[in-house]
Amino acid sequence: MNETTITAQPGTPFVDVVREFDAPRERVFRAWTDPDLVPQWLGPRGLTMKLFAYDARPGGSYRYTHADERGEYGFRGVFHNVIPNELVIQTFEYDGAPNQVSLDTTRFEDLGDGRTRVHGRTVFSTIENRDAMLAGGMEHGLRDSMERLDEVLAREPQK
Amino acid sequence: MTVDDVENRLDRAFTALGDPVRRALVARLSRGDATVNELAEPFPITKQAVSRHIQVLEAAGLITRSRDAQRRPCHLNAAALEELTSWIDTYRLEVERRYRRLDAVLDTMKEQEK
Repeated sequence: MNETTITAQPGTPFVDVVREFDAPRERVFRAWTDPDLVPQWLGPRGLTMKLFAYDARPGGSYRYTHADERGEYGFRGVFHNVIPNELVIQTFEYDGAPNQVSLDTTRFEDLGDGRTRVHGRTVFSTIENRDAMLAGGMEHGLRDSMERLDEVLAREPQK
Repeated sequence: MTVDDVENRLDRAFTALGDPVRRALVARLSRGDATVNELAEPFPITKQAVSRHIQVLEAAGLITRSRDAQRRPCHLNAAALEELTSWIDTYRLEVERRYRRLDAVLDTMKEQEK
């Protein structure tokens, strides 16, 4: 199992994510940038992803939504730079928090033997925005847990 | 407890840990309880300044102080630290799921390339 390393140092606006994949760099890069492949993995479980644009070229833009029974969440940004098989720099903005734009830099490192290490750094505009984003993940997780608990409770025979 | 309560507490804890001296104090207390004097010793700042840092950590719920009037040793609240870790863990879980799906996509691509 390839472990994901996430670093979010207190007092900084960064989130660093490092992950290795059992695939050559060209393939990882293609999965990362091909509009047919991106919806197959990007976005939280249980949410339907709709891709409206995904033009992974310097100056290109992207836009997608995640939908669940509670509503639709839109995300968009611009590719600042894309170097095939090496680098993607893009902005990221959630419609629910307009003008809080973060910057994602993703580097693809060839490890040889058909393996690739992906380094991602997200820079938020403020530490507070970073913490709010991370806490959003927590909220989602809590909600998932509560729903699973509901399911378990529903299965329990009534006394 | 509501999500807001949890978030407010996490905000306080992360703000408290945004300072290098306070992180060093927490690291020291992870090895065992200590008095303000003992905690102040390795720092080139006044005991009063260390006291203020301790008050911030205490307000954030990261440390507690016993009622022993003379010594009042500081004690690390392990449960509060664990909560910070599990907060990161939920985010990790989200990212991990996403990358496992990517693993599957990469496997499919490999089959198609054959």
